[in-house]
Amino acid sequence: MRETRNITVTINGTRYEEEVEVRFTLADFMRQQLGLTGTHLGCEHGVCGACTILFDGLSARSCLMLAVQADGHEILTVEGIAPSPTELHPLQEAFRDNHGLQCGFCTPGMLTTLLEFLRDNPDPTEREVRVAISGNLCRCTGYQGIVDAALDAAQRLKPAKPAP
Amino acid sequence: MKPPPFSYHDPATVSDAVGLLSRLENAKLLAGGQSLMPMLNMRFVLPDHIIDLNKIKELFYLREANGALVVGAMTRQRDLEFSNDVKARYPLIQEAILNVGHRQTRNRGTVGGSLCHLDPSAEIPTVALALDATVTAAGPKGKRDIAFADFPADYMTPAIEPDEILTEIRFPAWPAGHGYGFVEFARRHGDFAIASAAALLEEDANGKIKRVSLTIGGVSKIPVRMRDVEKSLVGQTASEDVFRDACEECRKLEALADVHAPASYRQHLATVMSRRALMAAHNRVGGRA
Repeated sequence: MRETRNITVTINGTRYEEEVEVRFTLADFMRQQLGLTGTHLGCEHGVCGACTILFDGLSARSCLMLAVQADGHEILTVEGIAPSPTELHPLQEAFRDNHGLQCGFCTPGMLTTLLEFLRDNPDPTEREVRVAISGNLCRCTGYQGIVDAALDAAQRLKPAKPAP
Repeated sequence: MKPPPFSYHDPATVSDAVGLLSRLENAKLLAGGQSLMPMLNMRFVLPDHIIDLNKIKELFYLREANGALVVGAMTRQRDLEFSNDVKARYPLIQEAILNVGHRQTRNRGTVGGSLCHLDPSAEIPTVALALDATVTAAGPKGKRDIAFADFPADYMTPAIEPDEILTEIRFPAWPAGHGYGFVEFARRHGDFAIASAAALLEEDANGKIKRVSLTIGGVSKIPVRMRDVEKSLVGQTASEDVFRDACEECRKLEALADVHAPASYRQHLATVMSRRALMAAHNRVGGRA
């Protein structure tokens, strides 16, 4: 039994029309069928947060969704965060400058999670940042660099003050 | 890891979903997927059919009616988290929701899914019991109401028929100025609670307890309403010592034992969590904190 469906999904602004096996998770669909391997799979049962994407603008575990459920929806993955192939997003720059990553495995999930968080809470406290990334595991940094990067990114993302 | 092969159905109405559920053998309902999807990925469940409820628009709503918060079963946990009505008049729910998993899981996880999955440590069943909620289930013979007190039949087993679907939950409001407290003990923020407690409290002008609700989650195989503690507290003047004495009763609960904690530790936590929840509630009576 190999049941499939045709779906249309927009990922990072690109429209994909694909036939997908109904039991495929969204994460496997993006990685294996579309070659979008920026989204990482760690635990595959919703604990590690590495596969976090923005689904219609809201963070979600792509290992806990079926690809068929993405039909007609919009997804942002780590590949879609930077404004161009030669520029980084301010959040990515802050990660680079604050030792917010080492091996990089958790980074796609950290970035998507923090993108949503900083959009809704542009001036967070350190405590709020720690709660925000509590669903994302990192085994390299000890989190301090990631927290620093998030707080730094909040400053970088603030609109420039109008000239006096 | 991959889910096992299954047939996928995505009905658009409750009646279509009920029809599928009564017709298909070995079918599972997929709500927010934050528990079922891990179980599928790990192949703890092997359904022949998945009935996805995410296209059933009539199950997504959140409103107030007749002094209660009325919630469609597919309403996302995040919708309770960010609702000003919930924050203003059902603050216990909001405090509990913030302990449900993480932002990424609350964005997808549903109220009805959590109630039906009925994990003993889950927060939403615990507050549903604390608030004397009522649920509605739809089946081939129509709809029926079930008091949430009668809903947990056994460990992770809701008291609904195999061909019924939970459609609505109603949480009655407590009067303005009531005290509330939800506390839990977990190894890490967002983990499954080893023990949790939900308390609601009304006091008169002299600080005497008029009405109290106390529920323990995570300790026994289903959440437990501590009616004896509630009875012993009514009429007393609230204080930490009074709560400590009354909550000693929670040590008698029949408790789960697992790799995280032996039964005796859960029983001990039940006394501590219940005292802290009651103290939090007491400190908030009349908007004190």
